[in-house]
Amino acid sequence: MATRNTSTLARFMMAPAVGLLLIWMIVPLAMTLWYSFQNYNLLNPINRSWAGFENYYYFYTDPAFWQSIANTMTIVLGVLAITVIGGILLAILIDQPMFGQGFVRILVISPFFVMPPVAALIWKNMIMHPSYGVFADMARWLGFQPIDWFGQYPLLSIVIIVAWQWLPFATLILLTALQSLDGEQKEAAEMDGAGVLSRFIHLTLPHLARSITVVILIQTIFLLAVYAEILVTTNGGPGFASTNLAFLIYRTALLSYDVGGASAGGVIAVILANIVAFFLMRTVGKNLDR
Amino acid sequence: MARAVTTQRKIFFTVASWAVALLIFFPILYTIITSLKSETEAIQGFGLIPSFTFENYVLVQTQNGYFKPFMNSVVISVGSTLIALLIAVPAAWAMAFSPTKRTKDILMWMLSTKMMPAVGVLVPMYLIFRDTALLDTRLGMTIVLTMINLPIVVWMLYTYFREIPGEILEAARMDGASLWNEIVHVLTPMAVPGIASTMLLNIILAWNEAFWSIRLSAANAAPLTAFIASFSSPQGLFWAKLSAASTLAIAPILVMGWFSQRQLVRGLTFGAVK
Repeated sequence: MATRNTSTLARFMMAPAVGLLLIWMIVPLAMTLWYSFQNYNLLNPINRSWAGFENYYYFYTDPAFWQSIANTMTIVLGVLAITVIGGILLAILIDQPMFGQGFVRILVISPFFVMPPVAALIWKNMIMHPSYGVFADMARWLGFQPIDWFGQYPLLSIVIIVAWQWLPFATLILLTALQSLDGEQKEAAEMDGAGVLSRFIHLTLPHLARSITVVILIQTIFLLAVYAEILVTTNGGPGFASTNLAFLIYRTALLSYDVGGASAGGVIAVILANIVAFFLMRTVGKNLDR
Repeated sequence: MARAVTTQRKIFFTVASWAVALLIFFPILYTIITSLKSETEAIQGFGLIPSFTFENYVLVQTQNGYFKPFMNSVVISVGSTLIALLIAVPAAWAMAFSPTKRTKDILMWMLSTKMMPAVGVLVPMYLIFRDTALLDTRLGMTIVLTMINLPIVVWMLYTYFREIPGEILEAARMDGASLWNEIVHVLTPMAVPGIASTMLLNIILAWNEAFWSIRLSAANAAPLTAFIASFSSPQGLFWAKLSAASTLAIAPILVMGWFSQRQLVRGLTFGAVK
């Protein structure tokens, strides 16, 4: 009798959270799906009609679409490569005995707490600006021509900025995992005469494998959706050179007022994210069983 | 000790780590320095020693009205966090203490809503907000941030609550504690640290959210993310002023972040890394 009461109470306690999230997820998603099959432009809202797969066809055959997919991949893979490799090296470095370790941690983690528009504008104006930025000052001091980062290498510039924001995250998580590595195991390996490299490959890397997976999957979710950094630096340009899928949908929706086209793009983005999410959920789900 | 740490080795790693750490922190440091320069100084080339003027901080308020977006950020991030806690605490509590076969599925499903790319539902959200007059209101922004962070809040609370041993509750019950006493004297003291860290991390996430806050707000309810993003237009070529605004926007959250490093790892990896 007590159990039945408890389980009724438990259901009652969960109802608001579950109900609200259900509405939050289903209503907009259903609307996106519906709009994606409609001819619907906000500049001419009366003229709505059924479009079938036309929106998908136009979005899919638009050269900007494929470029945006390629740009999305470049951002995700570029940032992942920098943050995972950099994060491993940095975590190992910070894990060494030193003076003021706490302070070093604080400095390294800081960029993660900087809001995206601020991070992007700092880099755009103070660091990468072709005439007044720190990089330009350095180039001139060394006798080189300063680089016009956002004009010549827009995508690379965005990768650098986003990597700066996410390197602390990877470092912090890998450092946390590293510190849970058994010290005795390390000592034993050392006494057995295992070299630095062999210890790294046979002991450290396997221990970090799980955390690296988590870092990759969580970052991918966020990196697929990079938006503010593009908005305040290149605005997607020149042309579509730094437009990722998220930014292309924004351009279609709120700059061209094309509700149908943007919705078709939205559905594609949801599908892509779900493929990634599937793997993340499996990893996290395994953890829940332990 | 099998492995003596030589002083030499320690000094080497200290120097190396500090150098790398300062390099990573440099953009933030340079922003703070630039905020203390005059506008002409700011574009005169590399310089680490400012003239320590505070006029930019004054100008940010008098010319750009910094206080309004700041208050919007405070209201929206704190408000959305408190509402999310109000909804999430009972849910996480029920999942942690009377789990059923479906609890795990519900948790996974909640996580999956977080995976949905915001841009995928940009159009309907924009239209719903326009038609319900929630566009550019604090209420609308608070609702959005409550909902996008709710899954993380439930998850974090769940991982904390799960660590409270059930035996303690049973023991208290056997000692004849009433339900009220049980909640006040036994459960609350154990739950508060988890709730506090969840709150801290969630305020940070809400403060820095930069998609919905930019797209669904304008002059009226714009939080700091949208305010700073507006500096990207050509009129924003006032670097010292931009630096002052940026410093003010990130300082409170930076300090909160330093205190919540551990919780950050737990919260953002959904308990997969502790």
